[in-house]
Amino acid sequence: MADSGVTDGLCDTDDIERSKTEGKELTKEEKQRLRKEKKHQKKIKEKKDDAASHEDEKKKKKKKEEKPVGAASQPPTQPSQKAPAPAPVPVPASETPALADKPAKSKADLKAERRARQESERASKQGKKGDVGQPVPTSKPKAPPSELQPVVKRLPEHVQVDNPDVLKKLAKKLERQQIPLRSDYGYKVSLFSHLHQYSRKAPLTQQLGIPSTVIHPAIVRLGLQYSQGIVAGSNARSVALLHAFKQVIRDYTTPPNEELSRDLVNKLKPYISFLNQCRPLSASMGNAIKYIKKEISNIPSQCKEEEAKSKLLSCIECYINEKIILAAKAIAKYSIEKISDGDVILVYGCSSLVNHILCEAFEKKRKFRVIVVDSRPRLEGREALRRLVQRGISCTYVLISAVSYILPEVSKVFLGAHALLANGYVMSRVGTSQIALVAKAFNVPVLVCCETYKFCERVQTDSFVSNELDDPDELIVTRKGKTQLEHWQEVPSLGLLNLVYDVTPPDFVDLVITDLGMIPCTSVPVVLRVKNVDQ
Amino acid sequence: MELQAVLMAAGGGSRMPDLTYNTPKPMLPVGNKPLMWYPLNLLERVGFEEVIVITTKEVHKMMSTDPKMKDVKMKLDVVCIQEDGDMGTADALRHIQQKIKTDVLVVSCDLITDVALHEVVDLFRAHNATLAMLMSKAHEFTDTVPGQKGKKKTAEQRDFVGVDQSGKRLLFMANEADLEDGLSIRKSIMRKHPRMHIKTGLEDAHLYCLKKAVVDFLADNKSISSIRGELVPYLVRKQFSKTTNSPKIKDDAEDQNQKTIDGSTNHELLISSRDEPLLQLAQERSCWNDHRGDMSEAYHGGKLRCYVHIIDQGLCYRVNTLAAYIEANRLAPKLFEEPAVHPSAVISERCQMGSDSIIGALCQVADKTSIKRSTIGNSTTVKEKVKVTNSIIMHGVTIEEGCNIQGCVICSNAVIGRGADLKYCLVGSGQQIEPEAERTNEVIVGTDQLMEI
Repeated sequence: MADSGVTDGLCDTDDIERSKTEGKELTKEEKQRLRKEKKHQKKIKEKKDDAASHEDEKKKKKKKEEKPVGAASQPPTQPSQKAPAPAPVPVPASETPALADKPAKSKADLKAERRARQESERASKQGKKGDVGQPVPTSKPKAPPSELQPVVKRLPEHVQVDNPDVLKKLAKKLERQQIPLRSDYGYKVSLFSHLHQYSRKAPLTQQLGIPSTVIHPAIVRLGLQYSQGIVAGSNARSVALLHAFKQVIRDYTTPPNEELSRDLVNKLKPYISFLNQCRPLSASMGNAIKYIKKEISNIPSQCKEEEAKSKLLSCIECYINEKIILAAKAIAKYSIEKISDGDVILVYGCSSLVNHILCEAFEKKRKFRVIVVDSRPRLEGREALRRLVQRGISCTYVLISAVSYILPEVSKVFLGAHALLANGYVMSRVGTSQIALVAKAFNVPVLVCCETYKFCERVQTDSFVSNELDDPDELIVTRKGKTQLEHWQEVPSLGLLNLVYDVTPPDFVDLVITDLGMIPCTSVPVVLRVKNVDQ
Repeated sequence: MELQAVLMAAGGGSRMPDLTYNTPKPMLPVGNKPLMWYPLNLLERVGFEEVIVITTKEVHKMMSTDPKMKDVKMKLDVVCIQEDGDMGTADALRHIQQKIKTDVLVVSCDLITDVALHEVVDLFRAHNATLAMLMSKAHEFTDTVPGQKGKKKTAEQRDFVGVDQSGKRLLFMANEADLEDGLSIRKSIMRKHPRMHIKTGLEDAHLYCLKKAVVDFLADNKSISSIRGELVPYLVRKQFSKTTNSPKIKDDAEDQNQKTIDGSTNHELLISSRDEPLLQLAQERSCWNDHRGDMSEAYHGGKLRCYVHIIDQGLCYRVNTLAAYIEANRLAPKLFEEPAVHPSAVISERCQMGSDSIIGALCQVADKTSIKRSTIGNSTTVKEKVKVTNSIIMHGVTIEEGCNIQGCVICSNAVIGRGADLKYCLVGSGQQIEPEAERTNEVIVGTDQLMEI
């Protein structure tokens, strides 16, 4: 760790300096590296200046070593301590035990000298230019260093609601963007206390003014539709998001002395926070947002506003066409090969892609029947059932508790996915892993259909770390005029858990049908790598 | 900008002529604030910065002199119209069509409420509705109203409101006066919404969110003159008419053969945004439906949707009758945390004042008076040994010594002579009650204000 910290010199400090000025939270490894580098530089300076105050250095070094131990438990307070650190160049420290190699030192010495010179130059530049100049040069060098050395990736979806410091940071960020903070509701089951749990009866618009001036009306409408479940389903949410962004771009005018490429991205940030507060963003939405931000920042500065806007609008149209509409066609084409006459296909919930495939297969005159499995509290299977029966497909409807009884009849299982994770796990509606498990037990092939834009670089092996908690009151049902769970909040030992997603391990999935072809679950990281290189 | 607010303040107050013959309804004092201050305050609290106020020249003049109106920090764009009373609310909207650039929120000046406005607007936003309105459970006014003889029968003016199972979608609206032989509901509505709840005890709050396309539609259809009376029932009916359910816009060319009003539904159909195919795509891919049990898609494929938010708790009054006015005077001050006694009022120490009472600015209340559950307006003089209970006293009134006033409404600039005993009376503006008068349950107005028969 120490050696890598020393030898990876330039890129590291660049990286860390940049992220410091951009105000992001540094990970533990980066901080340790930074500390070690600084210690090394100070040590070299001290050696050149004075060799006599060795004992003082030792004492101060001990103090600094105590600092990291104590501060490791409070990551958010570190940046505030680190920020003034580079400028004044305080505590001299010596790490004689750690860096004792003499030949390594000479190389390291040169590197340290170069680094020290660069830092001083940078400090003087900062004083002259101010903050405006910083983002522009730092955005460009971002691309090369990532190829040189693997940057430590931060988990943006790493929600930590039970950590008050993280909550405070979130509150501050929202305050800066003038977006109200949505408060959690009800008792949370302890295993999931790190996730948000909102109530549908307390929409975020309660705290917003009417008419909304901070947030574009199309985005407010979208947020409401998300939180009330009117737009649900990975594809629908992405399409609706892109549609709303089109409205935003149409109504956008560049303020004077600003560049469209930078200002528009900054305008979109509060909207994205708002949508995140209404309902946590899905992986497909995250990818769509990344694409749009990239497109916006790639607009050349000499481009006129009208031209730039029409270019962006056509980019969005193109994205939807390629990644959603054409991808659905391609997946349908591949899947139809897998559907043979006389098949009994089991589907779960309402996946827009699976419904599309089945309707296409039916139109191509394949003879099959469908078993729709449904589960509470969403009961989305009813909608899938309606769409399939409307086309004329013969369907059976069961609840998930009957899955093991109905599986002996089934020849194939088609599942939709919310996202495909980098380790091959499939993230989908809660209940999907159950169905995959039971299907595996019965030796029924499980095929997952997923477009490539839903592939995500996250890695997850269980459904606890990152999930979504829906309104617990949705679990309450009234039968024959009686609502048994009406006063569930008054029972201290009772918690209602309404999970939305779960992850299915790749051992239970036999094939993933994507627009790139039919791949095994373990090839997902390959697809991701190919995609990244393309972009 | 998302919504533009329009305040309709040109109404005459035809149901309480005794109060309004001198003071126009929007400026009637309720809790010592002009009536139109309440909806303006509601809009300001919610976050509006500009309001278009449609009113008469007289009201405009009074607005500029009233101190409370200066508290309103929003920008008021006042549009004056003629006072002859022929202009309905829809006509007024048509009049300001040029100013309307986006969806509009129409509020009536006589609405006093503390409803969370976002509930109505959320229905309007989330479902992309054409109309969203507010209704509340009708209140039974228990206070004795001066000049009322016997119990008033309210059965003639019932409104029948039909909502769907969720209680939000407005399916049917008709006034009893328009229904001759009975309530008839079209089969197409029953097929789409087999379960309908019909409510009669609801009062319309006259708060409407309308799409811009509706205002444009009004501009072409000059026959609609009242929002509540004609436009709203028309829109509710149009939700289920055959033309609005046709999925393709091209088909509308064939429907031009129908009546002229129906032909103009093209305007409402063309509400669609420029990215309609994308919106369609999102809806198709979404696994949500507003109803279940039949084979149709969300909203039954209809583009025109009307929603209503019904509140059963909380304050919501329309001050258009005398009873409502009295009730509002009692309850409206509770909405705001303001001192009951205005700092500039001079109240002598031996006055007994109940906590429910409100004293206006520059009042002078002498010794040994008792004021309970009453509202005293600005610049009023109350002399010694006066007992005021349950009354509303407007501005500039002089009450001489020894009077006993119970349950009365005394309009501005009236003079009550000494020793008068008034129970449940309404004293008109500028009237003079002779000393030692004893009146019970009378309406005392000037002879020139009496109706000509």
